[in-house]
Amino acid sequence: MGRYIARRLLYAVPVLLATTFLIHAMVFVLPGDPIQGLAGDRPVPPAVLAELHHRYHLDDPLVVQYAKYLGGLLTGDLGRTFTGEPVADALTGRWQVTLRLGLTAWFLETVLGIALGVWAALRKGRWADNAVLAGTTLVIAVPVYIVGYLAQLLLGVRLGWFPISGTEDGWPTAYLLPGLVLASFGVAYVARLTRASLLENLRADYVRTAGAKGLPRWRVIVRHTLRNSLIPVVTFLGVELGSLMAGAVVTEYVFNLPGIGQQVFQAIQLREGPTVVGITTALVLVYCLANLLVDVLYGLLDPRIRHDR
Amino acid sequence: MTGSPPAPPPAPAPPAPAPTRDLLLPPKRRPGRGESPSASAWRDLRTRPLVLACTGVLLLMALMAAFPKPFIAVLTHDSGRCELSDSRVGPSLDHPFGFDLQGCDYLGQVVRGSRPSLVIGIVVTAGALLLSVVLGLLAGFYGGWVDGLVSRVTDVFFGLPFVLGATVVLVAFPDHGLGAMTLVLVALGWTTMTRVMRAQVIGLKDADYVQAARSTGARPLRLMTRHLLPNAVTPVVVVAMLNVGNVISGEATLDFLGVGLQYPALSWGLQLNAAQAYFLDFPHLLAFPALFLSATVLSFILLGDAVRDAYDPKLK
Repeated sequence: MGRYIARRLLYAVPVLLATTFLIHAMVFVLPGDPIQGLAGDRPVPPAVLAELHHRYHLDDPLVVQYAKYLGGLLTGDLGRTFTGEPVADALTGRWQVTLRLGLTAWFLETVLGIALGVWAALRKGRWADNAVLAGTTLVIAVPVYIVGYLAQLLLGVRLGWFPISGTEDGWPTAYLLPGLVLASFGVAYVARLTRASLLENLRADYVRTAGAKGLPRWRVIVRHTLRNSLIPVVTFLGVELGSLMAGAVVTEYVFNLPGIGQQVFQAIQLREGPTVVGITTALVLVYCLANLLVDVLYGLLDPRIRHDR
Repeated sequence: MTGSPPAPPPAPAPPAPAPTRDLLLPPKRRPGRGESPSASAWRDLRTRPLVLACTGVLLLMALMAAFPKPFIAVLTHDSGRCELSDSRVGPSLDHPFGFDLQGCDYLGQVVRGSRPSLVIGIVVTAGALLLSVVLGLLAGFYGGWVDGLVSRVTDVFFGLPFVLGATVVLVAFPDHGLGAMTLVLVALGWTTMTRVMRAQVIGLKDADYVQAARSTGARPLRLMTRHLLPNAVTPVVVVAMLNVGNVISGEATLDFLGVGLQYPALSWGLQLNAAQAYFLDFPHLLAFPALFLSATVLSFILLGDAVRDAYDPKLK
């Protein structure tokens, strides 16, 4: 197992390098001079311009900039924003919001998605199954911000159950509605995945054997069938952990939550390259680590896939 | 010898069972039997009411995108001019969708907004399909370093979160026209199809008929285009069909966030963006573009699902 994890970690290194370089290169080719952009229409004295270019490594070629950035990254330095603040400091107070939102959504997705999927699969062909299928298709088709506005309008304004924006009410009150909206696509997807996978496994020989041995039905379903059926679901949920943090930008925008997504957005509009790269790299790191975790969980769930040779 | 009675003479052959007769006689042309899998899938699709409904919705949207003028002339009284005094006025008989923020007839605006969504959905999917078929064929067929390179590049692009990746690139283009949007969405949308295509080709490249073709001297290009491509491409096309809806939805999201098409352009995403500040008091601003967008995406997804079921019944 240890060797397997080490190999997966090594494998993640080139992917991370290439991804950070790709983002860095894209940000580098953003049009316009960011220093001039900071000053707006007023002229900047050439000496100041040169000094600032030098301080933020803007006068180096792309590869050198990237190497310097990477060196900083290895020492835990994510770079500086154009107001001189370290990117890491700019993230404090922000990442908690996104993390809370992402984890709330992930939790809702796991619990609601699997529960709905199991419920539908055990009642295949009846109204419960059809309702879950129709409902999930609809949720997958409607873009997330429209779901967000509908939720704000119905659950927030008309019924008054949840606050509709901001984080003043703290966790969990302020995060439930945005979390549910962010999770809506995933809940639908997990429910369909669980249903399909469970239905396929319920027909398997070992399930009939377990039933024939006289095991109670819930035990056959929970211990024998569900355990095997959850493998594709776990894969999806692992990938989702990263995607939810990244996809939070839309939800944070709709619900006006002061999280990382909102900050990335402001940074892009202000052309703050280092801020964008710093944050996006952190998000990509989360994504890769979540995938690594999934691969390890894979091995625990299904002994056939234990890659340790 | 054990003195057992001699074995009885073999019983007269029973009358040939039906399957054998079917093998010997030329097959009767019955509908649904003996037709190619794709023909039967096509027949299966045509008989489903849901498929017909989705096709109808999409045809309507396509007609609107191609010829918006007759639709607007028939459905509403759009003078072609926008009066600020009409700003945000709700639906009425003369103007079924009411007016937008600038006081333009909203039905006219929503109908004209269908074009970018459909064009992007189809062009992006076609582009990503082409790219992924070529890359998947090369990676799966040659293996080795070609496969390694393609797979690692796929991993990198797969690791880019959609909204963030698209936003970073789109800001890099000076003007976000349809062309820039198409390029970005293709760049972020080819990875899954490439993986499917590569897996298909790897599964097929040692098949007997490929070996046979190879041993008769077929070149790699011929092996790939004549033997592997037609047999490997179906699941990729199905994924592509399912993808059209996602692309349309993604494009509208970028418009909505303000990094996609820019204001003088017309699109459902931009209309939703303009509606966001007013939807609590003027829900019609949100409702109509949302309805059109959702109906289009839903139709593409349901149609894709139906095509997948028809071509691969075991996935049902």
